[in-house]
Amino acid sequence: MLAYIARRVLATIPVMAVVALFVFSLLYIAPGDPAAIIAGDQASPEDIARIRESLGLDRPFLVRFGEWTWQIMHGDLGTSIFTNLPVTTMIAQRFEPTLSLMAITLVLAVAVAVPIGVLAAWKAGSFIDRAVMAFAVFGFSVPVFVIAYLLAYVFALELDWLPVQGYTPLSEGIGPWLENLILPAIALGCVYIALIARITRAAMLEVLQQDYIRTARAKGIGQQGILFVHALKNASVPIVTVIGIGIALLIGGAVVTESVFAIPGLGRLTVDAILRRDYPLIQGLVLLFSFIYVLVNLLIDLSYTLLDPRIRY
Amino acid sequence: MNAPTPVPPGVTVAPALGDLFAPVKPRRGFIGFLWRHPTIAAGGALMLLMLAMAVFAPYLGTVDPTALATTQRTRPPSAAHWFGTDMLGRDLYSRVVYGARVSLTVGFAVATLASIVGLAIGLISGFSRFADAVLMRVMDGLMSVPSILLAVALMALTRGSVGNVIAAITIAEIPRVSRLVRGVVLSLREQPYVDAAVAAGTRAPMIILRHILPNTLAPMTVQATYICASAMIIEAILSFIGAGTPPIIPSWGNIMAEGRALWQVKPFIVFFPAVFLSVTVLAVNLLGDGLRDALDPRMAKRL
Repeated sequence: MLAYIARRVLATIPVMAVVALFVFSLLYIAPGDPAAIIAGDQASPEDIARIRESLGLDRPFLVRFGEWTWQIMHGDLGTSIFTNLPVTTMIAQRFEPTLSLMAITLVLAVAVAVPIGVLAAWKAGSFIDRAVMAFAVFGFSVPVFVIAYLLAYVFALELDWLPVQGYTPLSEGIGPWLENLILPAIALGCVYIALIARITRAAMLEVLQQDYIRTARAKGIGQQGILFVHALKNASVPIVTVIGIGIALLIGGAVVTESVFAIPGLGRLTVDAILRRDYPLIQGLVLLFSFIYVLVNLLIDLSYTLLDPRIRY
Repeated sequence: MNAPTPVPPGVTVAPALGDLFAPVKPRRGFIGFLWRHPTIAAGGALMLLMLAMAVFAPYLGTVDPTALATTQRTRPPSAAHWFGTDMLGRDLYSRVVYGARVSLTVGFAVATLASIVGLAIGLISGFSRFADAVLMRVMDGLMSVPSILLAVALMALTRGSVGNVIAAITIAEIPRVSRLVRGVVLSLREQPYVDAAVAAGTRAPMIILRHILPNTLAPMTVQATYICASAMIIEAILSFIGAGTPPIIPSWGNIMAEGRALWQVKPFIVFFPAVFLSVTVLAVNLLGDGLRDALDPRMAKRL
């Protein structure tokens, strides 16, 4: 078991190395002169030279990559071109809103998606099943910012139930914090709910056909007991896997959701970084998000042994 | 053989029974196929409608989508401007209709390019252990970057153009195809008919062409439709956050990006492109779901 954990943890290193190499090499393999593109159309030759120097583009690739990797290992993601602040500082300032948004979305999505997926599988072929499947197709098709604007328009502007935009830190009370994040979490969660509900339904359909479910029914175990104890537990591995893969959707969606709802988080920071073509900041954000994604999926891999005792390493 | 039994006098014959079950006449041909797969019919019809709109944009009562009319800014929908006008007085109906061109071009181009490159990578890694080890590590790395962020990073270093948007989204989508193809190739390699072909002395390229490639087409077609849908959403998101197609080109994402600042007072600017984008993506997804059910009966009705 310990050996397995060690092996899985070590296996993430090459993955992160590829991400780092890729993000770094882009500066060198991108067509045209990245320094000129970053500097913009109105830049003077001196500006371009300054940016080229600050990105290290004037020195050989391997030397620069070595230095850069060394820096990252020491927790230094470089300096923003635009603000001249360390990238780590800028990220740290914006971390809380994004973490809050993702945590609420995750809880909300799992709390909604798993029950409706179970219900759809139980009542397979019924009106409820069709409704859940139709919702799933819509969830995949309506882009996150469309849902975001729709929700903001109906619940914030027309009905005035919730604030339109903005963010209140958790330190100022859980009520205002939650109030500001409810609509963004629903908007961000829609596609995630669709994904989880669909896989829950598929996994449950598979499990409900098993002999032990019939046995449980024959023993007189109630419907709820069968669904949630016998079936859901055995269907949990694919569901949990998809929850982990779906984190990528949340990260991508957060960029948009935070823009619509004016939440000062990492997504908003990403958008600002693009508009200013602040490549060191973008590099840092891509690395950070990929790291979170890889880490979450590593934890999920390791959780399989808890969910399914048959899995032994 | 079936000579009617002679009826003795004084006996009446019961009337012949009608068929208990009317013979099922399955509809055949293309119409029958669509009849059995209503999602393909619905998705395909919507898709054709959007395609027609994009192709015939100049003949659909549109004006120049970039023509400015500074005296008529942010007008609500009216008879003169069906969808209203934006903050530069441009006709939103024309912009939305022309916007279909960008979305569909990006969707189809990304689906095609990602399929071709992904297919090549998948085939190579399915057949060469060494290449597999290297390529799959690279794909693992690419897959661990959320695709929107990957596209964002690529767009940050290039000048905004439709071609660059297509390239950026394609790179983000390639790992999905190559993983799929590799999986199919690895399972097909174990099939008896491939062994038989090897035993018969068929060369590797011929095996790939005749036995492997045709079997990857069905799952790849399904995957390509999903990639098309996802590419259209990513294009809109990139444009929306200002990292996509240049603002001069009317794309649905750009129109929404321009309407962003005014969405609380003039929601129609965001509304119309949003509806068109959602309907188009829905059409492609329906098509994908329908194709999946039709091409892979084992998966049908499960997911």
